Amino acid sequence: MSDTLADNKTPPGPSDGLAVLESRRSAAETYGIPLAVLLEITHRCPLQCPYCSNPVELDRGSTELTTGEWKKVLSELAELGVLQIHFSGGEPTARKDIVELVQHASDVGLYSNLITSAVLLTKDKLAALADAGLSHVQISFQGNEPAVADRVAGLKDAHRKKLEVAKWTRELEMPLTVNAVMHRQNLHQLPDIIQMAVDLDADRLEVANVQYYGWALKNRAALMPTIAQIEETSRIVEEAQARLKGTLAIDYVVPDYYALRPKKCMGGWGRQFFNISPAGKVLPCHAAESITGLEFESVRSNHSIAWIWQNSEAFNRYRGTGWMPEPCKSCEFREVDYGGCRCQAFALTGDAGNTDPACALSPRHEEIFKQAERESAASQNRFLYRNFAGGTLETEESRDNRQDNRNGA
Amino acid sequence: MASRNISVSETSRPKLPRHAKLKFDETRQVWVILAPERVLAPDEIAVEVLQLCDGVRSVADMVDMLAEKYAAPREAIAIDVVAMLQDLADKGFLTEARESTA
Repeated sequence: MSDTLADNKTPPGPSDGLAVLESRRSAAETYGIPLAVLLEITHRCPLQCPYCSNPVELDRGSTELTTGEWKKVLSELAELGVLQIHFSGGEPTARKDIVELVQHASDVGLYSNLITSAVLLTKDKLAALADAGLSHVQISFQGNEPAVADRVAGLKDAHRKKLEVAKWTRELEMPLTVNAVMHRQNLHQLPDIIQMAVDLDADRLEVANVQYYGWALKNRAALMPTIAQIEETSRIVEEAQARLKGTLAIDYVVPDYYALRPKKCMGGWGRQFFNISPAGKVLPCHAAESITGLEFESVRSNHSIAWIWQNSEAFNRYRGTGWMPEPCKSCEFREVDYGGCRCQAFALTGDAGNTDPACALSPRHEEIFKQAERESAASQNRFLYRNFAGGTLETEESRDNRQDNRNGA
Repeated sequence: MASRNISVSETSRPKLPRHAKLKFDETRQVWVILAPERVLAPDEIAVEVLQLCDGVRSVADMVDMLAEKYAAPREAIAIDVVAMLQDLADKGFLTEARESTA
């Protein structure tokens, strides 16, 4: 998943008669309700990707919001003016009520996207989702062939299944996005992944370099690409973007470890994005619960979602520029990147209120990123697989037998 | 799926594909196009033209209606409308009604 779910990254053309709504809102500097909201309806997932964006402390199945509670959330979001919903997870189709939830989203006027690993979908289930009003399917791919892809996913036969579901998606006339999360151990497959997206008749490809918090931070030594790989990746993406214009849109998320400026994470804390966790916490970012010391309000509390968005302490703590320390405070880029990523600042410096070390102006930048560079050049390739048990280290046997410890229901 | 690479002409009968929804956003009081992971705000003219795109009406019919409504030269309207629809089609927000085989 990219951190740009809520925005439109394509700038409007000069004569296309379209203006991007988001650009108006940013200029207005208001904290209007986001256009799109990410619902992580479960953390259960048959895959065990070592870079999973879910927190290391996963919500158990027993804590998940009920069907009735999610329906209430959907109704409330529609009433607030949210226009789009991203059903995500974990694996959203691990919930038996996914069709019912998509139908309810349609009933209250929300546009639905499904962000899925695809491995649990049958053709009938996908058709039922389409009938319920699902408008777009995004499928994650871990490589372009089973040997690499199934090992990263920690699940046999996952890749073949994904290809099958991608074909059904297009047969059902739904637009398809291929999401490819890239790292040292699969970047060599990028040209083939691009071709795979073309062959699958995808509308859009997200080439997303791993962002290193949570599970991915634990696996950094096994995932961090080399600088040479990143340079080659940028070249490949630019060439493909030009060559495939009009056929396949390619969005590219660069790894901020090798950048000089941090990313404008989530468009700025509490400015245009929130997500709701399986247990109902309203969060400024899907990794926000990794920041200890922040209290996040739940939809199960007696506060409305609108109140939580506008007034809760967690959302206001890092909103705008008032919280910033130096070097951010007097930096000319403070409203360009909003100090980068709070979760990354916390994970790498122990204080979410520090400048994101991805920024070259951070006093910790040099030390942290030299270490990452050393890791990229070493050959520690063993994964710590994501699961409810706190992770399982890859073994030689586990490459052949990955059926255990996958579900945490 | 209907072709995403349509060429708009006066004989085209365009319509919005299933995944692009034109809707009035009551909260923000603007028309929006909802598309995969995107929200766009078409301007007034685009909204007016898009509302005419029902898969039955031809572009020529739309141009006639607009030329009459705005008392503007048909030729100029045609150029603008075709260019705008082509642009929307290139972005994937417009498709062509399938030819009836009946």
